[in-house]
Amino acid sequence: MQLVCPAGNLPALQAAIDAGADAVYAGLRDQTNARAFPGLNFDDAELRAGMAYAHQRGRQVYLALNTYPDSARMSQWYAAVDKAAEFGCDAIIAAELAVLDYAARTHPAMKRHLSVQGSATTAAALRYMHERFGISRAVLPRVLSIQQVERLCEGSPVPLEVFAFGSLCIMVEGRCQLSSYVTGASPNRQGVCSPAKFVRWEEHADGRRSVRLNHVLIDRFEPQEPAGYPTVCKGRFEVGGEIFHALEEPTSLNTLELLPRLAQAGVAALKIEGRQRGVAYVGSVTRTWRAALDRYRDAPASWSLQPGWQPSLAQHAEGHQTTLGPYHRAWH
Amino acid sequence: MQLSLGPLQYFWPRERTLAFYREAADWPVEIIYLGETVCSKRRELGTRDWIALAEELVGSGKQIVLSSLALIEAESELGVLKRLVGHGGFWIEANDLSAVQLCREQGLPFVGGPTLNIYNHHALALLMDDGLRRWVPGVEQGHVLLRELREAMQGAQRNMPQLELIAFGRLPLAYSARCFTARALDVAKDQCDFRCIEYPDGMPLATREGTPFLRINGIQIQGEEITDLGPELPTLRELGVDILRLYPQLDGMAEVVAHFDAARRAPAAPSRIGARNGYWHGEPGMQPSSLA
Repeated sequence: MQLVCPAGNLPALQAAIDAGADAVYAGLRDQTNARAFPGLNFDDAELRAGMAYAHQRGRQVYLALNTYPDSARMSQWYAAVDKAAEFGCDAIIAAELAVLDYAARTHPAMKRHLSVQGSATTAAALRYMHERFGISRAVLPRVLSIQQVERLCEGSPVPLEVFAFGSLCIMVEGRCQLSSYVTGASPNRQGVCSPAKFVRWEEHADGRRSVRLNHVLIDRFEPQEPAGYPTVCKGRFEVGGEIFHALEEPTSLNTLELLPRLAQAGVAALKIEGRQRGVAYVGSVTRTWRAALDRYRDAPASWSLQPGWQPSLAQHAEGHQTTLGPYHRAWH
Repeated sequence: MQLSLGPLQYFWPRERTLAFYREAADWPVEIIYLGETVCSKRRELGTRDWIALAEELVGSGKQIVLSSLALIEAESELGVLKRLVGHGGFWIEANDLSAVQLCREQGLPFVGGPTLNIYNHHALALLMDDGLRRWVPGVEQGHVLLRELREAMQGAQRNMPQLELIAFGRLPLAYSARCFTARALDVAKDQCDFRCIEYPDGMPLATREGTPFLRINGIQIQGEEITDLGPELPTLRELGVDILRLYPQLDGMAEVVAHFDAARRAPAAPSRIGARNGYWHGEPGMQPSSLA
């Protein structure tokens, strides 16, 4: 299985490659990708440098072009596809039909991976993307149980990539409007969920803190309570007279213990989430997964979790908590 | 301009559901969408029942469309979709790409549902080549996007498909593998006892300040506000909107239909009966008055 790691900037890309990533994925500094955060992503010179760094070491670079252009802005996405081809990216990761169609027609030799944002959860949906746009790989949404992933590996027309670790979108990716409902800024169109410019922290006299996303109270914290970044899906709300994390707690996905099953199912690649995270996260998480994958490659029958792996990953998890998420039925 | 009843998003008891649609047979709507779009475990009406209801309602002169699940995970769910498509007598509302592909393979016309993620004219044209005949834009697509898309279609010398807008109802905002109703009731999804049947208009979720915010509806999250595009009818006409979609709510649906029936016949915009839909104006979907 290939290890695909996040590169939010050039230092993160280098850290991922140094720590053993087989491929990294990156985005341009605009709204053509789903991590369009201020200060993140690559300009042309950085992308060229990153590609050279990866290619000199025999690794790959994928360009994420996984947002949804409206009719008035399509030329920007098409130009990004052209740039990926011109720079020699090993693949683009795209979700939107027009972007995939343009890439397939204009640069047929450049590989096209279906982004998780494309929401393809069945063999039929994957067949559509394969027949229509010649995708050569698909990233599965984080909604399927491990059994469903195993079955889909058998029926898919293309190799599959699954999320292995990182922040957990609990909604079907590409089809969540919670952030735009509150802020008006659409993750699909503008490439960012819960934009920082809409986040407002309030310190109260008693030491408590409140956090709002464009006026909507997402959560309130006691003086010593750790507070996470306010996304709607990880806030505390009142339902039926009780206040709790009604949708999900601040937690990260961690599938390390499923590694042998994913490998046996025929999963082609494991994806680490986190282009918005720093060099320390990327390096450390990549090293742990590299070690786990190497150990499995060398001795699959005797593979087991090694001491230190899980604590190291948990350190980098949201709220220091991890979950098997949808891979495990009990999460549903 | 035509009126449609969108698919029932909630889980109602069998008799209530059948009674609702028998009443709807006499309402001035031209199109009725039938079927389960949220959770395959909801089986007060099974696939056979929905198809039987569809065949019955065709007799009332309505166009019947069978709606597919927005999120398909299990083989059994794909099996249901194959039966809907395989029937062949009804258009399908394709709410994910599995449905698009099955309709395409079968050569069956389909409606592009609001969860298909069509944001531009080229994607729309590609899907029209696959059999899309009608398009229901997603909830966040406002009038500017639609106007630009329409102009781009003209520029590309393509005809628009029929355009259907969500004109009334709670907006479907998100779907998950997780059932949030089960989570709120502290039961496992696999042993949920179908408790969402106790919440025929969804389960209210409020902020910690008590401001109503969202509705939990099984694996779906909706906005709290029942939105109403009625007052925008003059703009909708100008944009060439063909169909107004009204999502079923438990109470007063006959009056809602009557309101929109009168509104589509009148030249002036009707008065507001629901919340302003901010998305339509390029703003947050939540209307400002509901923000704390």
